[in-house]
Amino acid sequence: MININKNNNERNIVFDVKELNLWYGNDKALKDLNFGIKQNDVTAIIGPSGCGKSTFIKTLNRLIELIPSVRIEGEVLYNGTNIFDTSRSVEELRSGVGMVFQKPNPFPKSIFENVVYGPKIHGLRDKRKLLELAEISLKRAALWDEVKDRMNDNAYELSGGQQQRLCLARALSMEPDVLLMDEPTSALDPIATAKIEELIMELKKEYTIVIVTHSMQQAARISDETAFFLLGELIETGNTNEIFTNPRDKRTEDYITGRFG
Amino acid sequence: MVKTIQVRELISKNIKSTKNKYVDKLMPYIFFVAASISIITTIGIVYTLIFDGLKFFREVPLREIFSTRLAPLASNPSFGILPIINGTIITSIIAMCVAIPIGLSTAIYLSEYASDKVRKKIKPLVEVLAGIPTIVYGFFAYSFVTPLLMTIIPDLGAKNALSPGIVMGIMITPLVASLSEDAMNSVPNEMREGALALGSTKLEVTFKVVIPAAISGIIASFVLGISRAVGETMIVVIGSGSSKNFTFDITQSMQTMTAYIVEFTSGDAGSGTLGYYSLYAVGLLLFVFTLLMNLLAQYISRKYREEY
Amino acid sequence: MSIESIDSREPHFPKMYMSKGNFNRRILLDKIARKLFLSATLLALLVLGVLIFRISSQSIGWLNIKFLTSNLSIFPEKAGIYGVILGSLWLMLIVAPITLIIGVSTAIYLEEYASKGKVREFIRINISNLAGVPSVIFGLLGLTVFGRLFNLGSSILAGGLTMSLLVLPIVVVASQEAIRAVPNFLRDASYAMGATKWVTMRTVILPVALPGILTGSILALSRAIGETAPLVVLGIPTLILKIPTGIMDDFTALPIQIYYWTLDTVLVPEYINLAAATIIVLLVVLFLMNTTAILIRNKFQRRY
Repeated sequence: MININKNNNERNIVFDVKELNLWYGNDKALKDLNFGIKQNDVTAIIGPSGCGKSTFIKTLNRLIELIPSVRIEGEVLYNGTNIFDTSRSVEELRSGVGMVFQKPNPFPKSIFENVVYGPKIHGLRDKRKLLELAEISLKRAALWDEVKDRMNDNAYELSGGQQQRLCLARALSMEPDVLLMDEPTSALDPIATAKIEELIMELKKEYTIVIVTHSMQQAARISDETAFFLLGELIETGNTNEIFTNPRDKRTEDYITGRFG
Repeated sequence: MVKTIQVRELISKNIKSTKNKYVDKLMPYIFFVAASISIITTIGIVYTLIFDGLKFFREVPLREIFSTRLAPLASNPSFGILPIINGTIITSIIAMCVAIPIGLSTAIYLSEYASDKVRKKIKPLVEVLAGIPTIVYGFFAYSFVTPLLMTIIPDLGAKNALSPGIVMGIMITPLVASLSEDAMNSVPNEMREGALALGSTKLEVTFKVVIPAAISGIIASFVLGISRAVGETMIVVIGSGSSKNFTFDITQSMQTMTAYIVEFTSGDAGSGTLGYYSLYAVGLLLFVFTLLMNLLAQYISRKYREEY
Repeated sequence: MSIESIDSREPHFPKMYMSKGNFNRRILLDKIARKLFLSATLLALLVLGVLIFRISSQSIGWLNIKFLTSNLSIFPEKAGIYGVILGSLWLMLIVAPITLIIGVSTAIYLEEYASKGKVREFIRINISNLAGVPSVIFGLLGLTVFGRLFNLGSSILAGGLTMSLLVLPIVVVASQEAIRAVPNFLRDASYAMGATKWVTMRTVILPVALPGILTGSILALSRAIGETAPLVVLGIPTLILKIPTGIMDDFTALPIQIYYWTLDTVLVPEYINLAAATIIVLLVVLFLMNTTAILIRNKFQRRY
């Protein structure tokens, strides 16, 4: 893994979104998006409900295509190649781009089976390696100490916050380059939320993180870059501090100051 | 640098391999083949019935078919179909005379009157009735209900239409009850409350509000019940016997269409005889009739679902 | 507020309708109706009770270990249903795997692979109509196709295949419901890890849907084990003294034996007791199967 100096402005662009349009049937949900996501940044996507932030983040790992009526135009370059390119498999893309969802969604399997699900389905059978991997991933998700003695318990015996960290560990087990987080704390209590935020601060040293959030405070606390979406359009993007202190667009200002949304 | 085991390099071959892709592309075809078996079954049924049934309809003049003389094994055989259609209709009417009042009453009681606690106890018991094999009902009709009825109607034959008809009604009762109850349960509670608030009794609410609102679901349950009665075999085979007389006397034996098929296949009618082909002709009529009833029930109940 | 006070405030209100006598009559009617509905419900249950009591008492003295372990005989005192039980078991050995594999595959196709279009709707309507085809018709199909065309006669295989087609819709519908009940967030989680559709199916959806699928399959088997007409139409011989040892052997099954013994009570009155004893065996088997199904359903109740 290449370690890159955080202060270098010439950092790689991991996801380069070009002229992205997306329709649900006849309804246009994303409009002419042009947008770059830089390596090792935490990029927060903010905006009112229904603005397309969830749609956007699910487009990055092509999970949005599970909805049959979806139609996509444009390009998303991931490390230089278009993710919609038919010669590249969606499975390969998703194994390099981990995702954590709004609601904790562990499988109704043991904690261990949850963590090693990805490597296992992709053919890693070596039990020793799997155990090692489970430990590494759970430690990264700060869950190891709580579950190391109960690896065979069902994941649904954990608390909501623990479940969400388990899902994080599950995503991390593939050692992804990018972590997509779709409102990962919206179903959690404040203490569990704080814990996840702490983790994100820790993880951004190694991963590129894209996080959708409905909480502007959360975006301000944890992100480097912020993108503001409104009705499927990208209104404004830039350094988080700048956006929150000195927004260029009137609509961004209105949203941030709580005038709508 | 945080510890890593380079997991994606370990498995990179698998992620990129086309093996998974091939399996994934192949599976839908396997599943489609499985799904097509149900269609092949339908085609098989229709083809078998029409192919062999037509041989019968080509040989036997329509005037004979629609006569009341059924004597397939006589020296001058006759294939009048009316006696077994008559037997089918009469036993089905008797069955519905039992199943509709009892089934609908049960549905009303469970849906409108019973407390949750009582409903939870009674409902599974009613459903046990639906799980009892029809051969058991047939045995019960023959060995218990018929002798019991004989004490009231001394002229009752050992094989008769009445007793299997009644027992068939009991068999169909859970079907009518549970489908009607479903229909009545899906009537929104606000409608009941509206009527109750005006001072109506439960009985009035049931008959003036709930039943009119659920009527198509209730009728669909009756139609399905009739379809079941017409297609029911073992109860009438055992209880009603094989008399081919064209009669309306329910104390006497009469054969139904299903019983005719059973009598002939388990008898010695060799393949290729007219009697053998008549089986398929009767089967075809039975199939078409039950199919129409089922489609009708589906149509009626779909219509009622649109109402809310 | 009393009825009278409403009445006095609304003088134009029909007096007769609101009169106390009318109210009492309506309430009385309601009470009578309630009792009537309850008695109708209990009547159905009474029949169930009489049926079970009557048949049990007919089987007393006949249902014993010897009856279960000895072979068929034309002499009632010697007759036992060992071979008959084995026949039913052999039949299930054919029906269970066939319906499970084809039924679950069909359900997977309909729920996960078929596009929401005409093909899917056609198969769905077809299955719901197949479920309503009288069992005797399946017997005719089995007789013509398996019995004569494939020349399987009235073997266990012919009976098993016929019975499989008959109960297939039950397994399909139950499996569809079980698969549909698997929440979408589990599918999302699996796909997001880079799993293909089939892998998601195999590792997440089927394991979660399994209890529901099993419950439905057991109910389908319990239908098959009690079904008589298709086997009679296939032409199962009346008296089989040989115990079946393979799927090509002729056989008899519990419901068939009940049927023949009931028919022949005219010749040998004791056959009625043999039939009753066999019914009790059949009902006990059915009871055990249904209990298993309920236990599975309760044990694996979803936790999310």
